[in-house]
This record gives sequence, C-alpha cells and structure tokens, in this order.
Amino acid sequence: MSNAVVQEEPALLSHFDDLQQQDDSTKLGMWTFLATEVMFFGGMFLAYILFRWKYHAGFAEGSLELIWQAGFINTGVLLCSSLSMALAVDFAKLGKLRPLLINLVITMILGSIFLGVKAVEYSIDYRDHLIPGLDFAPHKLVEKLDAAELGHVKLFFVLYFAMTGLHALHMVIGIAAIGILAFMIYRNKFADGTTVESLGLYWHFVDLVWVFLFPLLYLIDLNHNT
Amino acid sequence: MSIAEETRTQTQQGVATSTYPKSNYLTSEHTVASWLLTTDHKRIGILYMISITFFFFIGGSAATLMRLELMTPRGDLLRSDLYNRMFTLHGIVMVFFFLVPAIPAVLGNFFLPMMIGARDLAFPRINLLSWYIYIAGGLFALAAILWGGVDTGWTFYTPYSSMYSNTNVLLAATGVFIAGFSSILTGLNFIVTVHKMRAPGMTWFRMPLFVWAMYATSIIMILGTPVLAITLFLLALERVMRVGIFDPALGGDPILFQHLFWFYSHPAVYIMIIPGFGVVNEIVPCFSRRKIFGYRFMAVAMMAIAILGFLVWGHHMFVSGQSMYAGIVFSIISFLIGVPTAIKVFNWVTTLYKGSVSADTPMLYALGFIGLFLIGGLTGLMLSTLAVDVHVHDTYFVVAHFHYIMVGGQVMAYLGGIHFWWPKITGRMYPEIWGKLSALLVFVGFNLTFFPQFVLGYLGMPRRYHEYPAEFQVFNVLSSAGASILAVGYVLPLVYLLLSLKYGKIAGPNPWGATGLEWQTPSPPTTHNFEETPIVTEDPYEYEIQEGPSV
Amino acid sequence: MWDFPLFPERASTIAGRVDNVFFVLMAISVFFTVLIGFFVIFFAIRYRKGSQADRSHAFSTNLKLEAAWIGVPLVIVLGIFAMGTQVFVQMFIPPKDATPIYVVGKQWMWKVQHPQGRSEINEIHLPLGRPVRLIMTSQDVIHSFYIPAFRMKQDVLPGRLTSEWFQPNKVGRYHLFCAEYCGTEHSKMGGWAVVMEPTDFEKWLKGSPNGSGGGSSDAIQSMATTGGRLFEKYHCTGCHGTNSQFQAPKLDGVYGGQVPIMAANGKDVEFVTADDRYIRDSILLPKSQVVAGYNPVMPSYKDVLKEEELLQIMEYIKSIGRKEGAR
Repeated sequence: MSNAVVQEEPALLSHFDDLQQQDDSTKLGMWTFLATEVMFFGGMFLAYILFRWKYHAGFAEGSLELIWQAGFINTGVLLCSSLSMALAVDFAKLGKLRPLLINLVITMILGSIFLGVKAVEYSIDYRDHLIPGLDFAPHKLVEKLDAAELGHVKLFFVLYFAMTGLHALHMVIGIAAIGILAFMIYRNKFADGTTVESLGLYWHFVDLVWVFLFPLLYLIDLNHNT
Repeated sequence: MSIAEETRTQTQQGVATSTYPKSNYLTSEHTVASWLLTTDHKRIGILYMISITFFFFIGGSAATLMRLELMTPRGDLLRSDLYNRMFTLHGIVMVFFFLVPAIPAVLGNFFLPMMIGARDLAFPRINLLSWYIYIAGGLFALAAILWGGVDTGWTFYTPYSSMYSNTNVLLAATGVFIAGFSSILTGLNFIVTVHKMRAPGMTWFRMPLFVWAMYATSIIMILGTPVLAITLFLLALERVMRVGIFDPALGGDPILFQHLFWFYSHPAVYIMIIPGFGVVNEIVPCFSRRKIFGYRFMAVAMMAIAILGFLVWGHHMFVSGQSMYAGIVFSIISFLIGVPTAIKVFNWVTTLYKGSVSADTPMLYALGFIGLFLIGGLTGLMLSTLAVDVHVHDTYFVVAHFHYIMVGGQVMAYLGGIHFWWPKITGRMYPEIWGKLSALLVFVGFNLTFFPQFVLGYLGMPRRYHEYPAEFQVFNVLSSAGASILAVGYVLPLVYLLLSLKYGKIAGPNPWGATGLEWQTPSPPTTHNFEETPIVTEDPYEYEIQEGPSV
Repeated sequence: MWDFPLFPERASTIAGRVDNVFFVLMAISVFFTVLIGFFVIFFAIRYRKGSQADRSHAFSTNLKLEAAWIGVPLVIVLGIFAMGTQVFVQMFIPPKDATPIYVVGKQWMWKVQHPQGRSEINEIHLPLGRPVRLIMTSQDVIHSFYIPAFRMKQDVLPGRLTSEWFQPNKVGRYHLFCAEYCGTEHSKMGGWAVVMEPTDFEKWLKGSPNGSGGGSSDAIQSMATTGGRLFEKYHCTGCHGTNSQFQAPKLDGVYGGQVPIMAANGKDVEFVTADDRYIRDSILLPKSQVVAGYNPVMPSYKDVLKEEELLQIMEYIKSIGRKEGAR
C-alpha cells in the first residue's frame, strides 16, 4: 500500500452524532436482523422436525439418499470460511488492509466452493429424480415403499430443498456482499472495522444455520435400519 | 418554567412563531427524485401516508360493497364467489397494507426521531427501502385483486387455500410476504434508533410513551413477521409442488398451518393496537394539561402486552380440533393480557382527574378510543372464555370484537394522531368545526355499524356469509346504515385536511402547547429537525394547569 | 322483517349454562363500561378548561391505585376463567352413553348418518332428552358443524375425526350452519337440526311415514349391518376373517380395548387404545401402527373407500368390539 492516505476514519453519516453511535447502531442493527433470521429459519426447522417425528420411515429413506460426504466437506469448508472471516475482522480492526483483503477473498472462495459442492449435489439429485416437481421418481425407493411413504419421501425432499435452498440464497447474498465490501476497501484503501464486523456476524450466522442443517438432514438417520 | 410553558407563552406573545418557515423539509427540494429517493424520515412518513390512505380506501370500497350486499338476506347484489373475494380483499388490504403500517410507518417514522432528539432514524436508507418493499408488496396484492381476486379469507386456511381454491392465492401470498419485510425493516430501524440515538439526558423512562409504543410494536414486528413469511412460503410450496405439508389428503396437517399462521397473526393484532395506545398517551396529557398518570406502569404495560401476546395464539383455535388442555392454557394466558390492558384504561381516565380538559378534535378521537377500545377489550375477555367462544367463534361476534379494537381503537387513534400532529407535519391548522364533526360522525357511525354485530353473532350468524336467514335482517340493515355514516366520517377528513394545506391557518411551532421535543421545532420542521442535539433535563408531560393553549 | 329475535333459543342442556357465563360477562362488561364512561364524561366536564373545580393536589403516581387496578382485574379475570373452563369441560367431554351419529361434511353439504341406518342431507334428526355424540369428518376442506340453539360447534377436518356432543332438551327446528369458511357456497351450507319426541324419533328412524317396523324387505339397514357387508365386499374377511389363512389380527372384541403395537424403533411394544381414530387410521394408514407380532402387509384403503363406507365399516367393527365403548 502506498503512503498516500486517502481516508483515515470511517465516514460519519450526518444523522449520527459521533462514530461511537454510528458503530453501535450498525452492530445492533445486524444483531436485530439476525434475530429475525432465527425466527425465519426457526419456522422451517419446526416444520421439518414435526414431520420427521410423524413420518420417520419416509424421512429416513429420504435422508439416506443424501450424500453425507458432500455435506461433510461443505461443513469443513464453511467452518474454514468462518475462520478466514474472523481473521478478516481482526485485520480490519488493526488496519492491515492486505491481509484483510486476502482473507475476504479466501472467504469468498470457500463460500463458492460450498455452493459448487451443493450444485453438484443438486445435479446428482436431478439425475436420480429426487427433485419434487422435476420428474420426481426415486427408483430404488419406488419398489420398497408404498404410495403414502413415497409421499413422505417427497415431503422430505421439499423441505430439504427449501431449507438448503434458502441457506444457499443467504450464502450467495453473503458472498456478493463480501465481494462488494472487498472492492470498496480496495478502491478506497480504507476499511471500516464495524462494517467488516457486521458482515462477519452475518457470515457466522449463515455458517451456524448450516451447522444445524447438516446433522438434521444428513447425519440423523445414517444408522437407520430399513 | 417548563418547555411547554415557554412555548405557549411565546405563542401568546406572538414571538416569531406565526410565520410559516420558508425552508423546511417539504420545501427544501422540489424534484420528484428528491421525494422518491429521499432518506429524510419525514418525507418517507409522507410517502407512507399517501400509500396507506390509498389502500385504506381500497379496503373500504370492498367493505362498502359487502355491507350493501348484506342489507338483504339473499345474495342478490354480488355472486357468492365475488362476495368471497370482497371479504378476502378487505381483510388482506386492511390488515397488511393499512393497519400494520399506518401509525408506525406514518407517525412513527415522522416523530420517533424527533421525540428522542435525533436528526433521523438509525438507518435512513433502509427506511426508504422499507417503503419500496411495501409498495412492491402492494403491487402484488393489487395484481391479485385485479387478475380475478383471492377468495380464501385473509387467514388462508388450508387445505382450501393450498389445494382447492382456484384464485390468485400465490400472488396474494407473495404480496403479503413482501410487505412483511417492510414491517421487519421498520421494526429493526426503530429498535436500533431507540437504543442508540436518544439525545443526552433522555433516559428510557424519560422517553415519551409514544416512543415506548413504537419500541414494543417493533419487538413484535421483528420476532413475529418472519414466522408469517415462512408460513406463506410453505403454503406456496404446497400449492406449487403439491406436497402434503398442510393438506391431509397428502399426509399434511391443516392444524399445523393454523398454529404457524396464528403464531404471527395474534401478535400482529398487538402491532395493530399498541401504536394506538402510543398516540392516545400523547394526546390525553396534552389536552388535560396533566402529566400522564402512572407513566412507568404505562410503559411496562405496553411491553408486557407485547410479550404476552406471543403466548396466546391458540385462542383462535379453541374449536379447531386442538386438545382441551391446550385450550385451557391459551385461555388463561389470554385473560392475563387483560390486566396490563386494564391498567392503561384506568390510567388514562385518572389523567383527566384534576386536569384542564379541552375537547379539541384530537382529544375527541382519544376519548372515543378509550370507550370503544374498552368495549372491544371486554368482548375480548368474552372470547377468551372457553364456554362462550365455542358458541360465538366464527360468528359476527368476533367480527364486532375485532372491529371495535382495530377500527374503534386503532383507526380512531390514527385519525386523532393525524389531527394532533397535522400542524407539525404541514404547518397548517385544519378547520376545527369540521374536525369535531367528523370525529362525531365516526363515533356514531362506528357504533351503529358494529354494535348490532354483537347481537348477530350471539344469535348465531356465522361470518363470511353473504346470505343469511331472514330473521337476521334488521341488525344487518342497522349495521349497513351505520357504515354509510362511518364512510362520510372518513371521507370528510380527506377533503378538509387536503384543503387546509392551502387554506389552513398557519400553525406555528406549538399550537397545542404540548410537551415533547417535536414541538420545539418549527412547523413544518427543517430537514435535520434540530440544529443542535437537544439536551433533555425534564421528565415527559411536564404540564402545568393554565388557561390552556391559544391558537 | 319485524319479527326478529334478540337472543337465540335454548335447546340443549348446556345452552343455559353457556348463557349464564355470558350474562356474568355481560354484567361485568356493562359495569366497567358504564363506570369508565361515567368517569370520562364526568371528569371531562368537571375539569373542563376554565371550570372552577378544585385542582389542588393533583398526582401522577399512586401505587395503591395501581395495585388496586391490577389486583381487582386479576381476580375478576381468573374468576371468569374458572367459570368458563368449568362449563367448557362439560361441553368437551361427552357422557359415556351418548349415541353416536356420523357426519360427513363436504363442499357444500352435510351428510348425516345414523348408526341405525337412516341417513339424511343437511338435516339432523335428534331425539329429545338423549345425549348425542357427533363423529365427524370432511371429504375436502375444513368445515364447522354449528347449531346456535345448542351453543355448540366443532370444526370438521379432512383426514381425521372430530367430535362434539349435546343433549337436546326442547322440541323444535333449529338452524344448522357451516361456520368455517369453505369456499363459494359456504353461506348455503346449512340446514336444520330437528329435535323430536323420542317416540316420534324412533318412528322416523325406521323410515316410513306411518312407521311400519322392521322385517319388511325395504327396512333400513343399520350402519353396522351395511358395514359388515362392505367388510366382505372389500375382502377384509380375506385376512381378518375367521377362516383366513393369512396372519391378520382378528377384530372381535378389539374396539374399546388396548392393542399392542410396534413402536417406531422396531423393538419396543406400546399399547394404544382402539378408539375411533385407531380404527380409521388402521384402514387408511395401516403401516403407521402395526400390531405387535404381525407383518406390515395390510394395504391402505385410502383411495378405495368412500367416507360413508369407511364410517359404516367403523360402525361394524365397533359393533363387534367390547361393549364398554372407548372413543
């Protein structure tokens, strides 16, 4: 980085009295937003758990069709991305722009790997006719299960795609936001610690949702005897 | 001398107050872009005011058609399916596009920052975004209406809405889903603003009660609305993917839908009344010239109502097939909410005691609110009573109850607030005679419309009926007659308030001699509200009895 | 138009009790409305701007007053709760000797089936002075079976059975309404509850206008008899009959007793009561609760049986069950 300093301090928006108020507001805003996300995902988790309890057999069959290894890789990838994000926040607060940008880019790459693995999983599901609405016809299971249970398997997959799809959407938004932030930091040669921290909070939350999704969707029936 | 005293004395002495400030938030810029891309919370409040007024009259038109149809026992004005679309439209538009946003997004946006001495909300751009999201949701809802309507009722019960209805369920649900995010962003903005942007000296217990009301409402908005979003999302999934989430024919559970739906929609009704409490809390002290009685209890009561409101949703489901024990639990908690609510009513009345009461238009609306909300709340206790609810559930008794709260309560509070703060928003006074006349028409028209519906409900007339047995006609005719009076009462303010923009008397900064930081600014305020951040040294509502305001 | 009621008739044993609770609530509500209304108007006049009333010693807090109007409303609401709940429990729990009558709701009509065999549409004939328990289901969307004169309603759900009970105590014709919005003709989905003297009701049950009794070839078959024939027609006897070679639980004496079923983990045995829900689920969702020691080979009859046939088969199974009926 050159010695020509363009920006020393974050810009203070005119409706705030001082930087402290601005920073506090930004952070509280992100926490409040995450509270709404908990309620949002919570509703879907509730529906999933209730139906899993009611239709255990069909849900177990559905879960066994998932590729747990892919989910396992993705969990590792996301956890590492949370590490790189946390490091980015640290570097932002220390004003070390180069390592900050490197970590932001690493986070984006890891996030994209996650999405890539998910895309592969989804395409395999499509090939195996496991996507409800897109020629849903799980071959192996059709022989084993009757119509009612197949309906439960279909319900499992609807909830699986809805929950992982919503999660993936949040990932895409997060990666885009990190990208925009990284670009602005690069262009302005300045990083506002609070902004990076808030985005970090969002990213960790999305990671946390996955930490619940993975065992509940992939792992929970691995020992199920059909 | 208190601030209120000073301002009123200045007004009496004609000190530099009766001129219309040339440069204010309305006149600072004139372009369309300056309005559509504004981040000024006051302009956003005006944008909301125009939009919700539009939706109010759409919802009101549907109600007009319904009451016209209901004047006769036979379904002779509208075909069944058209009537069903009308009541659905009325419910969806009035709940999601009028009642939920009205006071928070208009009066809250405008006055929350000013009341705490801030220059704007914490996130002005998100504030503007919330308006655009509201408009987007509204467009989807309008599309649903114009492309043939929806006929599920605003409650979207399954499996009718997911598997049987041939109407634009998806469009309507999308509109509501989107509008929900507008709600969430408003609530988020308010919460952060109240926590972080109060002026020096404004402790929590020095905040005006209107701010407490906005805060309590915001808590409900951010915690409840996401659940509605996910419920509508699951409903859409079922309808599109034909899977059994809520439809028993495919293995789903229709009661699950009701639990998820009411988990939001019950707290939502507190979103639709607590702001009304907030407005009344500002008007009653001002027009009694008295500090509100029991300030702390009033603040805590509103928070208690907001929180308890999340625990009672099952009282909408006493005869749904849920267990007897669930019914008993929901019943007792529903009764408990009556207690903080009672505190508020008693405290308002006590504020009048030894006050100096003037019957200006805002006060007429506020006093009307107290009476009508009281009746609504007491009939709410009747509905919480398990034995009675079995009989009157899904009858006009329930319809009467919630209209007493939402219309007799919230709409009257909204109108009262508009009249109270009109001088501050526009710099003009409205004509007092017309204000009083409209308030009276609304009060009389409202009671004539909805009181007969209590009788109809106990007689057994179910709701959502457009044909009914002949013996129910008399009360239906009374109700429709009242509705015509009510309609006049609503149209009049639209006319004279608009006319006052040109012909109204110049208001000055504090025509009512009210306390509160918003009255320390010119009318209309400048864009930044305060040149310097005020420092607060007094408790709110420091009124002293004098001869009252002079305008 | 001028011959209109102000208050609904009372035609069931519970109606009076519901009304009493309502009157107590009305009295409390009128009292507080008048009280508050009085004070609002009184204070607004007495303390109007410019009046000479004494305004000294005005106060803005008073813990005793606050405590009073927290305590008093709390006691009142708890009292109302207790009163209402007590009557509600009576409304919810039917007497053991209540006669079942089956109701199927569908868009937009009510089909009522008496166990003795007679069925009707949009009307329900009832005997005076005897408790009746409705066992109801819907063929499509949620409906609600509401008789205002009895002060009773209950939502009628697709996919499961719901129930309400009442004991008519006044002869007459009373409105029957659907009280849960169910689509286009919701307002028209109603009819009459007709309460008759017991002897008249017995005649009506037997079917012909001059009440000629059973034994004639067109006598009405009871639901259980019809159900028994359906039990054969749909080959249930193939597995459940006495001469069957297949391993299937025999159904004599089952209804009303306890049944051992396999738990979800495949190892433990749980006991459930063989009530209406159990019978219905065994026919429609046989794999959801398999009797211990048997294989889950029974097919589902979900798309085979009409709702009325299902109820008739249920009545048949109940008729060969234990006499001390469960529900």
